[in-house]
Amino acid sequence: MKLPRPGAIDCDVHLAPPDVRGLLPYMSPYWRDQIVNRYIDRSGFQLMSYPARAPQNARADWRDEKGRAGADLERIQRELLDRFELSLAIGHVMHGAVALFNEDMAAEFCKAVNAWVAAERLDKEPRLRASILVHAQNPALAVAEIERCAADKRFVSVLLPVMGDAPLGRRIYWPIYEAAEKAGLAITVHAGSTYRHAPTAVGWTSYQIEDYVLQSSAFENLIVAFLAEGVFQKFPALKLVCMEPGAAWMPTLLWRTAKAWRGMRAETPWLDRSPAEIVRERVRLTLQPFDMPRDPRIVQRLLEQIACDDMLLFSTDYPHWRFEGDDALPDGLPEALVERIIHDNPLATYPRLAGSLQTTSAERETA
Amino acid sequence: MARHVVAKADEIAVGSRKIVQVGGRDIGVFNVGGQYYALANKCPHEGAALCAGVVTGLVLSDGPNDYKLTREGEFLRCPWHGWEFDIKTGQSWCDPNSMRVRQFNVKVEHGEDLVKGPYMAETFQVAVEADYVVLDI
Repeated sequence: MKLPRPGAIDCDVHLAPPDVRGLLPYMSPYWRDQIVNRYIDRSGFQLMSYPARAPQNARADWRDEKGRAGADLERIQRELLDRFELSLAIGHVMHGAVALFNEDMAAEFCKAVNAWVAAERLDKEPRLRASILVHAQNPALAVAEIERCAADKRFVSVLLPVMGDAPLGRRIYWPIYEAAEKAGLAITVHAGSTYRHAPTAVGWTSYQIEDYVLQSSAFENLIVAFLAEGVFQKFPALKLVCMEPGAAWMPTLLWRTAKAWRGMRAETPWLDRSPAEIVRERVRLTLQPFDMPRDPRIVQRLLEQIACDDMLLFSTDYPHWRFEGDDALPDGLPEALVERIIHDNPLATYPRLAGSLQTTSAERETA
Repeated sequence: MARHVVAKADEIAVGSRKIVQVGGRDIGVFNVGGQYYALANKCPHEGAALCAGVVTGLVLSDGPNDYKLTREGEFLRCPWHGWEFDIKTGQSWCDPNSMRVRQFNVKVEHGEDLVKGPYMAETFQVAVEADYVVLDI
């Protein structure tokens, strides 16, 4: 179904980054020299999780003549921001930098991407907000980048891929969460892998359908690791946003985790109440791709089992092919819940949006 | 309601338990720091012989990397799924309001008071000079 009113907040928009040559102006002289002289500027720097030509990775009517999507600001404005009458949209750049082994080069790429986002997207379109791209495997460099970007209030979250070197709940990553919490940034974890390990718990797969479908199991890993390691207790203001995880599996995870906790909680005594309660308070899921059946009765039953009106955040996943025409919302969502999903929940999840929403309205009035 | 003499008081030392059969029921009698408590020997979760579980304490924490073993000897851990029950209240720690094991009234009485009756003591003679654990069921 269509959005019921103008002003929705889209929490998952893909901003296609420029190629490596387009990022060079945002790099230091040393790295410009290195990247050009080592021919790295000819590399694609795309994550294998998102092959550009795969049909689901861009709606046909949102591709340009070269097959690219999400790369042109005018098209983002026309196809997304204007067409869906959004008040705000949070853009994310899933860049291959996060998979580099050279941590200094990775940090330089992340800095360049974030600087490009600020200059070429945020400065030119007041409805856009963005996440800060960091390389998780060097938390000290990641923190430095978070602190550098955090002064710009248009950055509202920190972006990490769901599959990296180790479960993201591990203490080695905590400096990232500390910096994010301190700056009022959410942690947004996107589907995708750096392929340090096989993308499933049982090993390497043969086909893209395996890689694609099984992303949800990586999100289950993420949430259980955050719970067990105590990230939610250590950082009480931090919100964890799972981007593109699906939601139909959530009731099972809540039930299994809450049940196991009763027998195993002495091992993780910081879990001082049911993990299901903690997940409902702290974990958020972006809406698209919606993985529930089309029958609204089944959708409503699953939502009753999730039992949390705060959990879902509106997203188009633009320019990925998640729905046809303007039917950005799945059928079967109760009216009151739709308002939560498209407006209230995003504002409550990203503390920095509240101020910027007022700014945006004021800007629109003066414009 | 009848009084059942189920053990000599010194038979159940501090920190130990005795599982008795009274009126067709299995009941665990625990001595926690000199006080006696009686619980049904049946876990409210799946019916396991709860009172055969490990007697332990309650682990609490102020956050990750902080572990406190408190109230040692006051908690019973079910041998099947590890759910923890407060011996003093019968309540499970994780779900105290809706998951609790049945408790029975238990007290220590002097033999000289007991012999006046009425009481039931199927397994041994009650002597005037000793103390006994008595269940009211």
